[in-house]
Amino acid sequence: MNLAQRLGSVALLLAAWIIGSHLVGPRLLPSPQAVALAIIHEARSGALMFNLGVTLLRVAASFTLAMALGTVIGLAMGRNPVVNRLADPWLVVLLNLPALVIIVLAYVWAGLTEIAALVAVALNKLPIAIVTVREGARALDPALDEMARVFRMSGWVRLRHVIIPQLAPYLAAATRSGLSLVWKIVLIVELLGRPNGVGFEIGVAFQLFDVTRILAYALTFVVVMLAIETFLVQPFERYVSRWRIRPA
Amino acid sequence: MLDAISFALSNGEVAAVVGPSGCGKTTLLRIIVGLDRDFAGNVVLPAHGRLGIVFQEPRLLPWRTVEENVRLAAPQAGEAMLSALFATLGLTQHRRHYPGELSLGLARRVALARAFAFEPDLLALDEPFVSLDAALVERLRAELIELVSRRPTTTLLVTHSIEEAVGLADRILLLSPSPARLIAEVPIERPRSLASAAEIAVIRDKLRAAAAYG
Repeated sequence: MNLAQRLGSVALLLAAWIIGSHLVGPRLLPSPQAVALAIIHEARSGALMFNLGVTLLRVAASFTLAMALGTVIGLAMGRNPVVNRLADPWLVVLLNLPALVIIVLAYVWAGLTEIAALVAVALNKLPIAIVTVREGARALDPALDEMARVFRMSGWVRLRHVIIPQLAPYLAAATRSGLSLVWKIVLIVELLGRPNGVGFEIGVAFQLFDVTRILAYALTFVVVMLAIETFLVQPFERYVSRWRIRPA
Repeated sequence: MLDAISFALSNGEVAAVVGPSGCGKTTLLRIIVGLDRDFAGNVVLPAHGRLGIVFQEPRLLPWRTVEENVRLAAPQAGEAMLSALFATLGLTQHRRHYPGELSLGLARRVALARAFAFEPDLLALDEPFVSLDAALVERLRAELIELVSRRPTTTLLVTHSIEEAVGLADRILLLSPSPARLIAEVPIERPRSLASAAEIAVIRDKLRAAAAYG
């Protein structure tokens, strides 16, 4: 029943696409078949896999950087009021800097380099990660902290078994919103200053007014990100919350 | 809250701090284990100063199994010791359960297992039997007595129940209502035996008399 509804919804989207393609013409909106053929063509030449791979690596690197820094800074700000007061104005500035400004400045200051690209993406994701983790750090249970202190648990054991599990829902929320934000910003960074990747290909296709290729790359990447969400993020979440599922 | 309280425990002794609710028993315990630093006075701990504690609430990590909860607090504990502990406390078939799957009575036992597995030099118990039904309290007390007699552990038990104190302790320290002062110390003649109702009544009268003079 659920699956039927989902498939029905996808079929409706395809139908709308086909009708739209007939109405405005294949130059503005190519048909699904044309896009599918373009995907196959790009895949055969190896360009699709290469560009997808490069973009995914950038997503992974900048996401990891932002989450690691965000967790550390968020924890420090949530646990220590002095750190929070000192860092909060910086956080507000970063939160309100438009993504484009950060990217352009990074390229101006560090050149059109890989590092500049990754740092620019990470800086865009960082403040949201910090805010989410800070919220989690404020909600840490002092009773468990006291328990860990009396039993002299090491710093690592406390972090791994007492603190991180309490932050898990917040980290999951930051991951969800983070992944979708990061991949969109990676495309912009690639469009503006990288010689490869999905964003670069879309930029080239835009200059050639090749809508088929734009759709081919965009749709493939959406499918890849959906797969990551379904086969990586969701199973990990289920594993982390396994202790909640079984009722008494 | 607390006023000029002074006492010493000898090695392996089980002492019970008894006093009315809200007199500061828990605060006293928190000061001794070092969780409360806002006090004047001093606390001398045994040589190595390993402290095991059983809080009023079990304070287990809900995302770790029973066994993991114990092992994380007591990484030095061997399998033989753990199986013996779990067997005594009736936890053997619950080792792989998560705390959310346990009743309060079972969760309290896990907290006890954790404190004993830590092999503390001083064991602090804060109302370990509060809000359990009478039959369960009886069983848990028997288990606790077995644990303490198997490995003599200097223990400080905080409770509002004289029966509980008489059933477990070598000595009872009676506190007055807040601000709490130590108003009586009553040794128990036959510690951890099943004291009869009459014996408990005698001790209770002693404590009442002490309280009246205090």
